[in-house]
Parts: sequence; structure tokens; C-alpha cells
Amino acid sequence: MIARAEMVNAHHWRADFPALDQSVHGNPLIYLDSAASAQQPASVIDTVARYQREDHSNVHRGVHTLSHRATEAYEGARDKIAGFINANSRTEIVLTSGTTESINLVAQSFCRPRLQPGDTIVISHLEHHANIVPWQLVCEQTGAELAVAPIDERGEIDVEAMLALIDDKTFLVGISHVANALGTICPVERIIEHARAREIPVLVDGAQAVPHMQVDVQALDCDFYAFSGHKMFGPTGTGVLWGREDLLDTMPPWQGGGDMILEVTFDRTTWNELPYKFEAGTPNISGVIGLGAAIDYLRDIGMQNVAAYENDVHDYMVAELAKVDGIRLVGEARRKASVQSFLLDDIHSHDVGTILDHQGVAIRTGHHCAMPVMQYFGIPGTARASLALYNNREDIDRLVAALQKAREIFA
Amino acid sequence: MQDLYRELILDHSRKPRHFGCLEDATHTADGINALCGDRLTLYVQVDDHGLIRRSSFDGSGCAISVASASLMTAAITGLHVTRAASCIDEIAARLTEGAASTGVSPELEKLVALDGVRRYPGRVKCATLAWRTLQAALNNAGTPATTE
Repeated sequence: MIARAEMVNAHHWRADFPALDQSVHGNPLIYLDSAASAQQPASVIDTVARYQREDHSNVHRGVHTLSHRATEAYEGARDKIAGFINANSRTEIVLTSGTTESINLVAQSFCRPRLQPGDTIVISHLEHHANIVPWQLVCEQTGAELAVAPIDERGEIDVEAMLALIDDKTFLVGISHVANALGTICPVERIIEHARAREIPVLVDGAQAVPHMQVDVQALDCDFYAFSGHKMFGPTGTGVLWGREDLLDTMPPWQGGGDMILEVTFDRTTWNELPYKFEAGTPNISGVIGLGAAIDYLRDIGMQNVAAYENDVHDYMVAELAKVDGIRLVGEARRKASVQSFLLDDIHSHDVGTILDHQGVAIRTGHHCAMPVMQYFGIPGTARASLALYNNREDIDRLVAALQKAREIFA
Repeated sequence: MQDLYRELILDHSRKPRHFGCLEDATHTADGINALCGDRLTLYVQVDDHGLIRRSSFDGSGCAISVASASLMTAAITGLHVTRAASCIDEIAARLTEGAASTGVSPELEKLVALDGVRRYPGRVKCATLAWRTLQAALNNAGTPATTE
């Protein structure tokens, strides 16, 4: 159970986010689109601004003071990330532009050189396009095949079917920790255990999990874990690929350039050590430093507290939405986090989105970059409300009232 | 809100006119709004004199895109294809450039109901999808029209 003290603190959390303190179309903003991108606390915004004002320089290069400061802050953020997900070592933290780049890196550097025709990559029907298309590309390049585990009406993966797909032809399994369109918490532990027993590596897409629950990559026992900074209150254009050091060691660089080399001659170039081998070119320094501040923010609150608080608001959201006349909840998995997709009567989700926006309520509408999920349900898209730690029960009441208004307009 | 969802728009979205496949169409095209997932197929029957005899559409979309397609198929019936082409330009200008203060061609009188869309930049593409698709159909483009 969540302690009363955290319930009270939640009001303070909301005040930490300057963007939430505004009106949209004359109504106080209710932001229910954090699964697309979360708002940033003032501490992140200020950290980035202070870096830009006082410390900006290139990293890993100069002997001068600013370069030293920038490098310290940038590499300090890597340490924070490693601690946050309990990585074994900072060398396992590859900084990328986001989850999408992290997954593409694994597809092109880990899979492409080794995949044989007839090999399979196993994913689920619930995946975001970012955990589908990179595998399709590498399959096309190598003659390997994509195998897709089915889902059911609740929006849960058919685990037995997925385990049955993982056989001696399987090269890698890709699975989301929390599904972005439906909020399903996937049984990653069971899938990892099954794959590991067969020495098949597993990549977990953690973009929708990391902002909402404690993630421990060593306890999970997966091989790769990918996530984005901007969904966990950090800047856009930042992301992480965590990988087991022994696997990362065997992988060739996937982009060439500065920073990723030890020595360059025209005869032979040698690669830098981990993780820099995978970080060609000047990185998103300010963004990564901002991500470090976002992690400080989350650690101060404690992910257990975040998860407990959000679960309470999530369960309230599901219960209140279910009471709305004419609503159809899409995605009713037994274990869910942060997200509820729905349809309202036969009103198109974009019309719902526009009418809600007019009342200050921001939600996502459409296919949520998960078109196969929509195809499964036979619908073009849904309206999706998604939570972060700054939302509360009153936000849900406003959402429900706005939906009633949409029904009146389309009555 | 009522400036966007006017009664005429809601009426055409609930009961779209000329909805369905036209077997003897001479021109067809698909229209896709990639961002939304909206898609429609437009059917146009043009006679030997270049007159649009009939047109229809099917597919799925939001109230704005369905109403726009419904109003469009009603408006272009009986027009010469060159006149229809100029209507496409007029509607596009009206929806995107705010030409509402100027008059409207008599054929497009009812389309004024879509004027409210201009205040919702995220929704302009919903209203223009049918018209982009008409353009593709009349040009026999052979590739789906998009709103990008």
C-alpha cells in the first residue's frame, strides 16, 4: 500500500513541472499524453540551461576547463543511468538518440553479421513499430524471418504460443516490457527465462516501463534493454542501450566517426573501448546531462513510490472510464501500467481528441505507432490516456467530464 | 467547438452521401492520411465530354474527413473536370490560407461549413484528404494521394 505521505507529496510533484501550469483553450491543462512524451521538471530544464550558459564544450576532447566540466557532467550522467537500472558496469551503457536507435543498433551490429537465412527473430503482436521495423529490415538483409506471437482480446500476449515460437532456429527475442498502445505489462521474466535456457538473447523494449516502475536489468537477466530519455522526464533525442558487456564486446561498430576510435590510419583503424565504440560523433551532451537530472529527480522520489502512486491513479482511471456510457476499453490486460486506450461510441478518435483538447485535456489519438495492434482489434485507432507521476484523480474526473461533452456534441 | 462541428458537418459524417463503391467509375484513387490512419477510396465517372456524371467514396475517417468527402462528391457532380480541378485549388486555399473573407463559388457554397477547420491546424489535413484524392483520381496518378 502507498503511504499517506506519498499521496500528499504527489501534489508537490505536479508543481515541479512548469509546463503543467497553464491554460489551453481557457481551461487548466490536463496532460494525459506522457506515453508519447513526458513533461520535464524544472530541475531538468534548469540543469540543461545552466550547462548551456556555463559549461558547454565538446566532450572527451579538450584539455581546457569547459571541456573538462562538460565531460564530467556527461559521463556523470552515464554513471547515474547505470545505477538507475542496476547495470553491472558503466561500460554497458551506450548512449543513443532514443529507443528506436538503440534497437536499430542491436539489429544492425549484433544481428546482421550473424543472421543466417531461415533464422527467426521472435517478437509479439503488441510491439511498437520501433520493435518491428528494425527486425524486418535486418531480416530482409539476411534472409532471416520474423515470427510474431499472437495476442488475445484482453491485449495480453499468448505466452505459451510465444514460448513455442522460440526454438533452435531463433536468433533473438524482442519484447516490450510495457506495451505502448495498451499498457499491457508483458511477462518478460518468463520469456527471458525460457530463452536463456536455450541460450537465445532477449532484447527488452523498456521505453514505457522505465518511467513507471523499478527496472533492474541484472534481476531481469535479459541481454539488451532499450529506453528513451524523453518518456522519463528527460530531454528528447536521448536514449540508452544497455547490453551485456560480453555481447557488446563481440559487436562491431555500427557507425564510424570521431570518438569511436582508438587510432586511425589509412591502413587500419582500431576501435575505442566500450561503450564509446558505439558512440560516433559529438553526442547530445546537454540532453544526456538533462537525462541525468531526470534520474536524480526520480531517485529522490523513489521508483517504488512512483509505481505505487501511479497504480492507484491508473486503477481509478480504468474504473471511471468503464462507467462512461458508450465507451469501449481497448486493452484490459490483468497487469497494466499507466495507459488506457478506448473508443467512444462511433466517434472517430481524432474527433474525440479535438473535443478534449478544446477542454484543456491532452490525449493521444490514432494508431500509436502500433498499427498491428489496431489491425488485431479491427479498428483504425484509439483514444489513449496515459499517466505520469504528476497526474491525479482530479485529472481523471476532468477527462470523464470532457468525454461526456464529446458525447453531447455527437449525440 | 461548434465552429468546427457544425450541424451540417455532423449530419454528413453520420449519414455520408454517395458512400460506397461505383462499379463503372472511370477514375479512382486512394487517399491516405498516414498520421491518422484515415483512408478513403474515391470513384469518379467522367463522360466523353469531360463531365463528372457521378462520384462516390468509401473508407473510414474522422467526422471532418468523412463530411468533407461527402460534401465534395455532392459538389462536383455535374462539373467539368477542369472546373473540378479549380475547385480543388479554391478549397485548398480556403482551408489553409484563410481565403474565407472572399466570396465562394456557388458550387462550393456548402463547403463553407468546413471553414472552422482553419482554427485547428492539426485537422486541416482531415478536410483536404478527399480533395487531394480527387486530384489524384483526375490525374490518373495511380499512386495513393497523401496529405503530406
